[in-house]
Amino acid sequence: MSAVAPVKHRIEDHGSGGPATWLRRWESLLLALLLLVILVGGATQKNFLDPYNLADSTFNFSEKALIALPIALLIIVREIDISVAGILAVSSVAMGWASQHGVNAAGLAVIGIAVGGLCGTLNAVLVTRFSIPSIVVTIGTMSLFRGLALVVLGDQAYTGYPEGLGDWGQGYFLGVVPRSFVILLACAALFAAGLHGSTWGRRLYAIGSNPMAARYSGIRVDRYRFALFVLTGLMSGLAAVLLTGRIGSTRPNIALGWELEAITMVILGGVSIAGGSGTIAGVMLAVLTLGMVTYGLGLANVPGILMTIVIGALLLVTITVPALLRAGAPAKRH
Amino acid sequence: MNSSVLKLREVQLASILAVLVAVIGLRAPLFLTGRSVDSLLTDTAILVMMALAQMLVILTRGIDLSVAANLALCGMAVALIEQKMPGVPVGVLLVAATAIGALLGAINGALIGFLRLPPIVVTLGAMSVFRGSIFVLSGGAWVSSHQMPQAFIDFPLERLAGLTHLVWLAAAALVLAWFVTRHTRFGRELYAIGNHPVSAAYVGIPIRRRLFAVYVISGAVAGLCGDLWVARYAVAFTEIANGFELNAIAACVIGGISIAGGVGSVVGAALGALFLGVIGNALPLVNISPFWQSAITGAVIVVAVVFNAREGRRAGKQILPLHEASPASPQGAA
Repeated sequence: MSAVAPVKHRIEDHGSGGPATWLRRWESLLLALLLLVILVGGATQKNFLDPYNLADSTFNFSEKALIALPIALLIIVREIDISVAGILAVSSVAMGWASQHGVNAAGLAVIGIAVGGLCGTLNAVLVTRFSIPSIVVTIGTMSLFRGLALVVLGDQAYTGYPEGLGDWGQGYFLGVVPRSFVILLACAALFAAGLHGSTWGRRLYAIGSNPMAARYSGIRVDRYRFALFVLTGLMSGLAAVLLTGRIGSTRPNIALGWELEAITMVILGGVSIAGGSGTIAGVMLAVLTLGMVTYGLGLANVPGILMTIVIGALLLVTITVPALLRAGAPAKRH
Repeated sequence: MNSSVLKLREVQLASILAVLVAVIGLRAPLFLTGRSVDSLLTDTAILVMMALAQMLVILTRGIDLSVAANLALCGMAVALIEQKMPGVPVGVLLVAATAIGALLGAINGALIGFLRLPPIVVTLGAMSVFRGSIFVLSGGAWVSSHQMPQAFIDFPLERLAGLTHLVWLAAAALVLAWFVTRHTRFGRELYAIGNHPVSAAYVGIPIRRRLFAVYVISGAVAGLCGDLWVARYAVAFTEIANGFELNAIAACVIGGISIAGGVGSVVGAALGALFLGVIGNALPLVNISPFWQSAITGAVIVVAVVFNAREGRRAGKQILPLHEASPASPQGAA
């Protein structure tokens, strides 16, 4: 451990570019890994490269990835939200309740997203107004939100959603491309533009690099934090709309454990848990890589629970290898 | 003197707990009977031990999300040993579970202590790997009560001087943890590391080894609890204790252990665990559906952290007079 570490990450205005730097980027490594997975999958599994199968495999991760996007932004500013799956459950329950009262598909979508936004606002208020660490707040609200879903539903379930909702959750564009995947790509493009192409995004990196310095340089840090928690709530609501439409029912244990899967996607995508670095491209590559691995193992009839070992091991290797390389290099040691 | 005792967090928490117990006792006198208190303590014993171990980790600014998966893996390992070799004595199994748990904890400890990787990421990855390994180990099968020897199942609930073994073990853990955190160099160094890691390094505290040790302890306790859990509920399968890590963390948060490290006491952690235990055990007695448990727990956590945050702010008040306004200061004269 170095004794003095005032700045965790360098923020380059523009990297020097060139093929050498490009090859050393985390995203390039992920891209290579993704291609490798597709190659191995295509070589060993007969139906792996079937376009219809490939398109359908995106159903398994699109909703999760929609939540991973705002979590990436949160982690970049050194915050975290583990109540996302709870928010998703509450949104889905609200949609189920509204559906019982005859609200149509468009109305349900609005309700789902709005309730998500409300839950996110509660997190935002607790984190910014009371200056409580977000991990503590969201552990509490996770339990609270999931609990609300349990209180409303008990051991029951909401079913019988209008058909229009299913069209979004499990429908296709042009008969091939799942709508949820298109929504994911659109959101990813929006997030990438916001994070990498706007002042707003540069400020997020500044906050994550050093919140105190960011505040002193005139960035309204708490306002950004507040907005990000609300955004995370809204995106969880959107995921709830798609997931509810896809599976056509709401149970209290809907999306159980998704928060950790979404966080895993983000960290695998190269977003540093210490804040201040990471890209949307990296997160999306991690999402696709994990999705393809799951899909390939599914075709090979490997039980889903074994996937958790693969994902966990990937996560550990991902962070261990760079650390080992750093430790091996001649550096100032304490 | 008197008022400073009243201001102690532990005393406040204990008073709130006492009021809660009294109110529940008024609604349902059954709750205050010896048998009910006995079962409350027995039910909470494992949570108390897990919360104490988690507290040591949190003191160092860490977090251990892998404890529940570790517990389940050790529990399954012990159950399988029992199934294959029914003659193994109970004591040997307890030691074996603790040793396996310590070994698993050592993986976390090595990565976090020696490679200085972020605890939340490491233990998140370890959690997935451990949980998946249970499936590999058991082949997805359940080990149920008729496959375990009676002596093994009986151990946690056997009585010594009127109290169950579980309660005695929790009490022993409490005393040990109190002694370690208050009266040993090791314990005080954990506080120092959490308060200011850089200063701790400057005064010569071997941070790497201390962090390693803390995660080994956390793993060992989880392993021991795994044996007790499986014996107590007389069943072992892949999903046992799913999400229990968050209960342990919640107990710490309610008990006033700061997630930012360096603050918290053994009594606080134990009271936090008891608080959760009371909520869980009292709901059926006062005719509230158990579906409310999660929501109430979440609400309690949120209220507790808001309360703690206000306490913390008051403690951080300006204690020395500010001199900048005084005209007689040397700077002003120059």
